[in-house]
Amino acid sequence: MATIELRDVVKKFGDKYAVKPMNMTIQDGEFVVLLGPSGCGKTTTLRMISGLEAVSSGNIFLNGKDVTWAHPSARDIAYVFQFYALYPHLTVRDNIAFPLQAQAVKRDVIERRVKDVSNLLKIKHLLKRRPGGLSGGDQQRVALARALVRHPAAFLMDEPLGALDADFRETMRAEIKALHVAQKATTVYVTHDQIEAMAMGDRIVVMSNASVQQIGTPAEVYHSPTNLFVANFIGSPGMNLVKCHYQGGKLTLPGGSVYVPAEGWQKTLDHQLGDNQTVVLGFRPEAARVSGEPKISADVFLVEMNGSNVLLDLHLDDDNIVRIRTNRGVNYGLGDTINFDLDPQMVRFFNPSTEAALVME
Amino acid sequence: MANILSSGKIGKKHLSERGLVNLFIWPTLILLILVNIFPLFYSIFLSFNNYSVIGNKLPIWVGFQNFKDLLTNEQVWNYFAITGRYALLSVVLQTVLGFGLAMLIREKFKGSGIITTLILIPMMLSPVVVGLFWKLMFNPGYGIFNYLISWLGIPLTTDWLAKGDLALWAIVLVDVWMWTPFVMLLVLSGLSAIPEYLYEAAAIDRASSWFQFWHITLPQVAPLVLIAVLFRSIEAFKSFDLAMGLTGGGPGAATRLISIDIYTRAFLGQFKTGQASALAVIVLVVIIAISNLYITALNKAKES
Ligand SMILES: Nc1ncnc2c1ncn2[C@@H]1O[C@H](COP(=O)(O)OP(=O)(O)OP(=O)(O)O)[C@@H](O)[C@H]1O
Ligand SMILES: [Mg+2]
Repeated sequence: MATIELRDVVKKFGDKYAVKPMNMTIQDGEFVVLLGPSGCGKTTTLRMISGLEAVSSGNIFLNGKDVTWAHPSARDIAYVFQFYALYPHLTVRDNIAFPLQAQAVKRDVIERRVKDVSNLLKIKHLLKRRPGGLSGGDQQRVALARALVRHPAAFLMDEPLGALDADFRETMRAEIKALHVAQKATTVYVTHDQIEAMAMGDRIVVMSNASVQQIGTPAEVYHSPTNLFVANFIGSPGMNLVKCHYQGGKLTLPGGSVYVPAEGWQKTLDHQLGDNQTVVLGFRPEAARVSGEPKISADVFLVEMNGSNVLLDLHLDDDNIVRIRTNRGVNYGLGDTINFDLDPQMVRFFNPSTEAALVME
Repeated sequence: MANILSSGKIGKKHLSERGLVNLFIWPTLILLILVNIFPLFYSIFLSFNNYSVIGNKLPIWVGFQNFKDLLTNEQVWNYFAITGRYALLSVVLQTVLGFGLAMLIREKFKGSGIITTLILIPMMLSPVVVGLFWKLMFNPGYGIFNYLISWLGIPLTTDWLAKGDLALWAIVLVDVWMWTPFVMLLVLSGLSAIPEYLYEAAAIDRASSWFQFWHITLPQVAPLVLIAVLFRSIEAFKSFDLAMGLTGGGPGAATRLISIDIYTRAFLGQFKTGQASALAVIVLVVIIAISNLYITALNKAKES
């Protein structure tokens, strides 16, 4: 069991930042997900925590102890590699037993632990095989088994489901989450799939361009993104972000619709932005309420059936599209004009020049 | 498009593809038949005959008589034993030293490129030349070898090539000097093919360097080490030029390797061509047997 703390941790390759000054504290037993697009520095962060990569500056603490320059083997952390990194010349059984053999654990104990963990991950029938001949999913289970077999202080998992097909991903996602619930071991989990992050994380660390954009619970990053990147990256589709003109307590949307924000937001906009300004209005697709009154009007241009609901692509004007979710009971034709209102609880504003979210006063 | 068509036409005008293939294959094939295949079968034929190249007589068929004579001759067995001892000593030493050197050079350090090239030089020399200049170095009067040894504080200055028990060691030493780089090169290529992530996984799994060596490095390079051992064993078993240059099989018959014995029977004094051919065939069979053992081992190592 372990807490992990990163203090101003930086990694540079040459002049290029792979990770800009990063601060975070991971509580004992927490499941934290590092989420971000390809190349944003997720793997590098994980490698620094594990000790496989040296930091350029900053400090890493494990259980309050400074381990910045400690060898990986001194940290008692298990790592599930992005591409498994199984030992190709060893059988599955020997792969799983490797961490125990390396610690000269007694033979009968090894036997028992390997049996337990291979039961847990349902790979008992593979023990005599070599990893080369296994499917991606099975290799993944073996990699997980190798990490689980030694009860480490913390788990680091680098896109462990990245190579699996969609069906199997969901099964494994549930399995990993269940394992975590059972073992309560501190886990840092990397993914670039925001659905996976939302489903699994106690907290999500959103990264982009080598820096942390937001750290928060799935609900926080979904409902209150701190900037335009997070608003757009989280959710599928992401948050609708519309550049509006704000004047005299009213917003004019592209296409001419006028929206009057709640009083709290009016005050905030007046204070933080000033009158007669451009502001970015943000709302989730499910924040829209189709209504009879003409609030915001737009033309239907694409209808996507999603089973439980319908996703509509709407043209505010020629250049601005918003997407809203509606009840599947109503049919809309292409070119129809729709009027909708926004749930006042779900309206957000962003400063277009700093891209940061405005905080309601 | 136009280009492709026209070049195709030009090609056709000069040579058909088939003609080109024949042009490449036949000269090589004819050469192979003349210098390899024909002599092989001719010597197998001669091994069943009483024949001498200077005898001015046609070969006389004697069946297995030559083989019977050779295999009941204690001296021949002794020469095989000498050859075996020589092969075992030099292959083991080369393998151990070559492996060690490869492990050292594997770590990139300043000047490692130049040092690697320097280490490879002995391998590029002709064995006859190597034999000659080591003979000079071993010379008890003015050779540098005894000087170096006494300088190192080892009181062993002697005429290395003239002492029966030391002469074989001297040849082993030179062979090791010459061919250790070959083993090193093969092992090095094996080492550099081991993916770095295996060592990262092992570091995470808290394996000591010693444990990593036994459980990752060694099994990963094993196939290449076996290939090196296979090559070197075959070479050592039929080794001729180095020993011939250094001792000529002496003193007495202390370093008479089996190939030197064949040479002696075929060309020195006796000119027993038939018998020499029979011995050569025996050596061939032995080498094929050894190779098969290794190849079986190699396939096993590759499977795992
Ligand atoms: N050893 C290295 N040398 C130089 N640059 C590197 C090295 N490792 C990573 N980088 C760079 O650092 C940046 C971050 O890489 P990293 O592997 O951490 O990204 P990632 O978020 O894990 O991406 P992915 O989702 O593709 O795995 C990338 O731009 C990458 O090119
Ligand atoms: Mg990565």
